[in-house]
Amino acid sequence: MTAKPKFAMYWAASCGGCEIAVLNTNEKILDVDANFEVVFWPVAMDAKYEDVRAMEDGSILLTLFNGGMRNNENEEMAHLLRRKSKILVAFGSCATEGCIPGLANLSPLSEMVDTAFTTISTDNPDNIRPQTTFEVPEGTLTIPILNPVLKTLAQVVDVDYYMPGCPPESTQIAAVIDLVIQVVQGKAQLPPKGSVIGAGNSTVCDECPRARNVKVISAFRRIQDVAPLDPNLCILEQGVPCNGPATRSGCNSRCPRVGAQCIGCYGPAEGVLDYGARLVTAFASVVDSDEPKEIERILEGIPDPTGQFYRFNLADSMLRAGKSAWQKKG
Amino acid sequence: MTTTTKRITIDPITRLEGHGKIEIFLNEDGNVANTYFQIPELRGFERFCVGRPVEEMALLTSRICGVCPEAHHMAAAKAADAVYHVDPPRTAKLLRELLYMAFYCTDHTTHFYALGGPDFIVGPDAPVAERNILGVIHKVGPETGGKVIQMRKFGHNVIEMIGGRKVHPATSIPGGMTKILSEDERKQIEEMGRWAIDFALFSLQAFKDIVLANKAYLDLIVGDVYTHRTYYMGLVDEKNKVNFYNGLVRVVDPDGKEFVKYTASDYAKHIAEHVEPWTYLKFPYLKNVGWKGFVDGKDSGVYMTTPLSRLNVSDGMATPKAQAAYEEFYATLGGKPVHQRLAIHWARLIELLYAAEHWVELATDPEITSPNVHTVPTEKPTEGVGIVEAPRGTLTHHYTTDEKGLLTKVNLIVGTTNNYAPIQMSTQKAASSLIKGGKVSAGLLNMIEMAFRAYDPCFGCATHSIPGEMPLEVLIRDADGEVVDVLKQFVD
Amino acid sequence: MTEKFEPVIVGFTCNWCSYRAADAAGTARMKYAPNVRLIRLMCSGRLDPSFVIKAFATGADGVMISGCHPGDCHYISQNYKALRRYLLLRRTLAGFGIEPGRVKLVWASAAEGLKLTEEINAFVEEVRALGPLNWPKWDGAAEVFESELAPHIATEVPA
Repeated sequence: MTAKPKFAMYWAASCGGCEIAVLNTNEKILDVDANFEVVFWPVAMDAKYEDVRAMEDGSILLTLFNGGMRNNENEEMAHLLRRKSKILVAFGSCATEGCIPGLANLSPLSEMVDTAFTTISTDNPDNIRPQTTFEVPEGTLTIPILNPVLKTLAQVVDVDYYMPGCPPESTQIAAVIDLVIQVVQGKAQLPPKGSVIGAGNSTVCDECPRARNVKVISAFRRIQDVAPLDPNLCILEQGVPCNGPATRSGCNSRCPRVGAQCIGCYGPAEGVLDYGARLVTAFASVVDSDEPKEIERILEGIPDPTGQFYRFNLADSMLRAGKSAWQKKG
Repeated sequence: MTTTTKRITIDPITRLEGHGKIEIFLNEDGNVANTYFQIPELRGFERFCVGRPVEEMALLTSRICGVCPEAHHMAAAKAADAVYHVDPPRTAKLLRELLYMAFYCTDHTTHFYALGGPDFIVGPDAPVAERNILGVIHKVGPETGGKVIQMRKFGHNVIEMIGGRKVHPATSIPGGMTKILSEDERKQIEEMGRWAIDFALFSLQAFKDIVLANKAYLDLIVGDVYTHRTYYMGLVDEKNKVNFYNGLVRVVDPDGKEFVKYTASDYAKHIAEHVEPWTYLKFPYLKNVGWKGFVDGKDSGVYMTTPLSRLNVSDGMATPKAQAAYEEFYATLGGKPVHQRLAIHWARLIELLYAAEHWVELATDPEITSPNVHTVPTEKPTEGVGIVEAPRGTLTHHYTTDEKGLLTKVNLIVGTTNNYAPIQMSTQKAASSLIKGGKVSAGLLNMIEMAFRAYDPCFGCATHSIPGEMPLEVLIRDADGEVVDVLKQFVD
Repeated sequence: MTEKFEPVIVGFTCNWCSYRAADAAGTARMKYAPNVRLIRLMCSGRLDPSFVIKAFATGADGVMISGCHPGDCHYISQNYKALRRYLLLRRTLAGFGIEPGRVKLVWASAAEGLKLTEEINAFVEEVRALGPLNWPKWDGAAEVFESELAPHIATEVPA
C-alpha cells in the first residue's frame, strides 16, 4: 500500500480563524483525510514537537502555516516546519502580512506589556511584568520571549506559496485542496514558487456588484453616521472609506455585499508594492478639491489614516513598524 | 531543589488557546509539590486598538479569537453603542442575537462531539485510537458525523446571512446593523433552527444513554477529583433566566446564594485581575472577596464562568425544552449549585438546546425582517462597556474614546480568562490526586487533560474526523535533569 | 566634538518647472545645500506615495517634492494630484512616527532658481533639527535591536 503524502497545519500567533475556515469546507475535509496522512495539527490531533523533530527533513509534503511571528517559539516552529516540509504555505493574513496584530508594531513592545499589566481592573501593586525566566521554590519556569516587532512568516523563513485572507475563504481553501490532490495524482501542476494561491488577480472592486461612477468626495463619513448605505452604489462613492481599490480579489467582495466597507483582509492586489501607499493614492484621487485648506478639511473625515490604510498589512509594509517600536530610547 | 525532586513538563498542550504548558513539580515522596499552568502568548490588543475608531472594534477584536469571533463582535458592538449612548432599533438587536444563537449552536456542538465528548462517550480509559470524534461516531452511530457537519454548516450559514461572513462577522456598527434580513433568508433560518432543536435533543439523549447510564462515568462526574466549590458568574435576564446576549451579571457564592448582580458599566467595581510573573495571562477574581490564592471556598475570590456557571447562577432557562432539561440536570445531581467540573459537558448541551429554541423564537419574531435596522448616533462618544456571555464565559469590553470616537483606552476581560484560576486549580488538584509516589502512567495523562478540557478553553475546538487526542508527552527527569522515562500519548 | 548631522534629503522635482529651477540655480552658481539628491519626474503628479515611503525606508531623513505652481502645470492639473497625495501621505506617515516636517511640498517655476534654493536650504535645516531618522533596513533585523531592547521583559522581579 503506497503511503499517503503527509500533511500538517500549524498555528503560530493566531486567532484560530484559519483552522475554522478549513473546517468550514465541511465535507471537503474528508477528502483531506482520504488523500493525506495528517502528521501534525495541534488543534486536531496529538502529534507533538518531538514527533516533528524526529521526522525526516522534507518528509511532509504540504504544511499550511498560519499565525504571525510574535515570539521566539513561533520562529522556532517556523524554522522547524520549513525544514520538514516540501511545500510551506503562508496561510492567512497573519502569516502572509502580519494581519491585525501587526498593528502592535506602531508602539514599543514595552507599552504593549505595560498596558496589559496595568489596566484599570488589574491588581498589580508591585508592578510585576511577566518574566521569561522565573524561579519558583520548586524550580525554574520559562515562557517565550516576545519579539520587539511582529514579523510575517516570509520574514523568517523561505515560503513557497501565499494564501491571503482573514481567514481565507472556505471555497478557496476547498479549491486549493482539490488542486493539491490533483497534483499528487499527477493530473495537475503546481503554480510557480512564490505565487499567491486561493485568491484572484484583480481587486475587490472587480467582484463588487455595486455601481461605480467617477467619484467626487467632498466629505468622508463614518459608517455609523450614514448607515444604512444605498445598497446599489459604491461605498467609497458614498463617502465611507472602503479599501476595495487596493485589496486583492478572491473573497467575492462579501463585506460590501452586506453594506460594510472592505477593510482589506485579503491583502494587497497583484503588483502593489506598498498597500498603504496604494490606498493613499486611491483616496487622494477622489478628494474633490484643489485647495489645501479644503483638502485638509475633507481628510479630517479619515481620523485614523495609518490604521485605515495598513490595518492588515503593517508588518509587511515597506516601513513595517512605527518609529517608537524600534528606536532606541535616550 | 532537593536531590530527589522530579519535574514533569507537559508541552505543548493543544486544543487550547494556541499554546499552553503545564509544569508539575514533585517532592521527595514523589507526590505533587506544585503545578503551574502557563500561558505563553500575548498579542497586545489593549494597546494597539488605542488610536483606532471605535466602530472598527467589532472587526478588530474578533481577531482575538477566530473560534468565537461572534462573541467579541457582539461585546464590541454593545460597547460601541454604549460609547455613543445610542440604542439600536429592536430589529438590529434581534438580528445580532439571532446570529449569536446560531453561533452558540456551532460552537457547543464542536466542543461536545470532538473535544469533550470522546472522554465520556468512549470513556477515559478507552484505547487512545478511539478517544476522538471517530470513536464517538462508532459509539453513537455513523449518521452522527454527518449531523455534526450539518449543524456546523447550518450555524455558519446563518452567521453568514446576517453577518456577511462565516468567520469575523462584518455587519454590526454603532447604532445597529448594516444589513436587512430578507423574508427568503428568514425562512431558511427558521427551517435550520428547527433542525437544530432536534439535533440538540438528540445530543442530550446521546449524553443520557451513553454517559449517565454508565455508572463508571457517572462516578467520574460526581467524584471529588474534579470538584471545586467556588463562586459562579453568568448573565441573566430580568427574570433571572440564562441569557447569552444581554442582561445583568449575576454572581452566586459556593452555596448558591446571590452574592452580587451588576450592570456592565460597574464591572470594575467587582472584578480585579491578579498577576503572576510566570505567565502572560492574568487571573480575574472577585474584588470584594479578595485574592486568597488558588483555593476553593467562600473566602476565596476565585470564580468560574462556563455553561455550568450560567446554569448555577440562573433561576432557569427561558425556553421550555431547555428548562425541562435544566430541571432534570439538577434533580440528577442533587440540587444547586453543582460544583463538579465534568458536569459542564452536560450543561453545555442544555445550552445548545436553549440556543436552538431561541434561534427559532427570534427567526419567527414579526420584526426580524423590518428595514429599520439602524439609528444614527447623535451624542458625542465618551465611554462604554459591553458584556455578553461567550461560550466559555463572561466577556467584557470596556472602551474610552476621545471626542472623535478614537479609542484612548481599552480593557478586555475575555471568556476563558475568567476561568484561568479555576483551570490552574483543577489541573493542580487532578495532578495531586493522581500522581502518588512518583508513579506516572498513561492513564494519568488523560485524567489531567480532562481536568482542563471541561472548561472548553478558548481554542478548544476546530477538530473533526482525524483520529486525535491530547498530544501529551511526559518527561520524567532525575535530579540531574536527565530524562529517565518518557511517556507519550498519541496515535502512531 | 560631535560631527554635525548631515540630513539625507531626496528631492522629487518635475521636469518642466522645478527641475529647471534647480538647473537654473546651478547655472547661476546659487549655492544650495548638497544634502538633496534630486530625482527628476516628468510631473509632480507622477509622484507615487510609495516613492516617498521607499525613500524613508532606505535611509532618507527628509523628502522634498516640488512641482509647477497651481494652474501652471505642464500637464494642466496633475500637480493638484501631488498636493492631495502629499497631504494624505503626511497624515499617514505621522502614525508611523515620521514627523510631518520631514516631507515638504514646494511649488517653483523654472524661473525661480533663487526661491528653490532658499526652500531647499531651509528644509535641510528643518530636517537637521529633527535629527536623523535611520529607518532600519530590516535585513539582519537582529542588529537593530540591541540587548537593551531584546530579549524584552526585564529579568528582575521588583523586590
